[in-house]
Amino acid sequence: MNPDVVKQLSIHAYQIRKGAVTAVYSAKSGHPGGSLSVSDILTYLYFHEMNIDPQNPQMEDRDRFVLSKGHCAPALYATLAERGYFSKDELTGLRHYGRLLQGHPDMKTIPGVDMSTGSLGQGVSTACGIALSAKLRNKDYRVYSVLGDGEIEEGQVWEAAMFASHYKLDNLCIFVDNNGLQIDGPISTVCSPEPIPDKFKAFGFHVIEINAHDYNEIEAAVEEAKKTKGQPTAIIAHSVKGKGVSFMENSPAWHGAAPNGEQYEQAMKDLDAHLAELEG
Amino acid sequence: MADVIKKATRESYGEALAELGAEYPNLVVLDADLSKSTKTDVFKKKFPERFINCGIAEANMMSIAAGLASTGMIPFASSFAMFAAGRAFEQVRNSIGYPHMNVKIGATHAGISVGEDGATHQCCEDLALMRAIPGMVILNPADHVEAKAAVKAAVEYNGPVYLRFGRLAVPVFNDPETYKFEIGKGVTLREGNDISIIATGLMVWEAIKAADALKEQGINARVINIHTIKPFDKELVVKAARETGAVVTVEEHSVIGGLGEAVSSAICEEGVACGVVKIGVQDRFGVSGPALEVLKAFGLDSENIVATVKETVKKFKA
Repeated sequence: MNPDVVKQLSIHAYQIRKGAVTAVYSAKSGHPGGSLSVSDILTYLYFHEMNIDPQNPQMEDRDRFVLSKGHCAPALYATLAERGYFSKDELTGLRHYGRLLQGHPDMKTIPGVDMSTGSLGQGVSTACGIALSAKLRNKDYRVYSVLGDGEIEEGQVWEAAMFASHYKLDNLCIFVDNNGLQIDGPISTVCSPEPIPDKFKAFGFHVIEINAHDYNEIEAAVEEAKKTKGQPTAIIAHSVKGKGVSFMENSPAWHGAAPNGEQYEQAMKDLDAHLAELEG
Repeated sequence: MADVIKKATRESYGEALAELGAEYPNLVVLDADLSKSTKTDVFKKKFPERFINCGIAEANMMSIAAGLASTGMIPFASSFAMFAAGRAFEQVRNSIGYPHMNVKIGATHAGISVGEDGATHQCCEDLALMRAIPGMVILNPADHVEAKAAVKAAVEYNGPVYLRFGRLAVPVFNDPETYKFEIGKGVTLREGNDISIIATGLMVWEAIKAADALKEQGINARVINIHTIKPFDKELVVKAARETGAVVTVEEHSVIGGLGEAVSSAICEEGVACGVVKIGVQDRFGVSGPALEVLKAFGLDSENIVATVKETVKKFKA
């Protein structure tokens, strides 16, 4: 990928991280850790990959995105705002009564949200349904979905995996945001879903492992997924929970907690420093 | 009455799907390895490319249906009531109900008339579960004619619909030539002012038989078929309560959360002084046995309706 494009995407991603943390800070609750780990994947999809139109969110044959790990809504909302689906001013209204942005994605009211999610395991199944619809109607849109690595402890994920493979949904590309942490601690100690790549391989997926924060690797994997025929693709994206905010990185404590005023200022300083370095 | 034709409403479901498939190219049918029992195999034979077997994975099936609906397709997700409403409740609530998806849930083998399979498969809680989901339409047809009409109405309606069908062959009493089905509108099948028998699903025929027997004994019972559990025809029910002063409800479902409670609630809300006695599954699990024997044992037959009506008249209208 052209370094200028990488730089531009990285800038968007750090703006999105700022938006997500600001939203959680304003809400006094929410999920910053996983929002920060998934920001680069969302940036790549919304700013470089998907066939979408922020002016026409319901465009008939658009590519679809389903945030199966719906609790990372702050990152999705910040991405949609950065992409122009709605004003960035909405981000400070996250989780506030009477405002646009619900605690978890709501497709009925929020422009750009393709599926209501939040209850873990269900989003990936709905993504399979959207992909199957394309197959039934000979449409060529693609469907992307991001799952948490804790989320895949849900049995429904494997029902969906079996289904996607059986129906050869090669228009479906899922990411597992593999930051290694869930609410109660490391996934390996809570009730380990590992080895993750082997499991998806066993369920008939084409599996690719990448660094979730490297745009060249994301691009290569997404392109490989597009060329993969007859089976769905799972991209196991090794990520850093809390990426970009020094005190949140690799800490399960920041899975679902909002920063206080002082912490918020520090977070903004950290993210601005990354931006300054990029824009340097 | 011995010459009445009998047919299970699950058969009607399969037939209706196969007929509507031609008219609605976006209609797709999903099943979870029960197509021979739910009768969706009738559709499968005619439209194999639009039949999706999800395997024994009902939770996934409900969310798959939601995904299909989000792109404009009209999915019918089919399984036994126990698994459609029970096992997959949360998927129905969150993937289908919350985004108000245009998904139809075809739930067969509802209630204790499942018979031999016994308690694990006899779902008597589905109406209660589905009633609690905002915006869910619930249709519980009484016979073959009504069941086919309900499926058609569900396709024409835009939004989530739960359809309840039975395994047991039951008398076909509606006339296919004249029967009109309207979502949310109850049907008065017998006029009478001594008491109202308000029934739903397979119990409607038993209510009719009971009313006819009661008439010979001097009690004129009004019979109302509530085929739509939600939205509920409050107007018709409250009018019946006002005019008859006593109500017996009959449902092949728990008396908790089903028709009887919907009727009681509607009558109370209007402040009508009217006793309501509920015939149904009395807060217990089902048991194995031939369907008709089990129904009789649970008081879900015309004989018990007759006896209950007489007691109710004595209690509230003396």
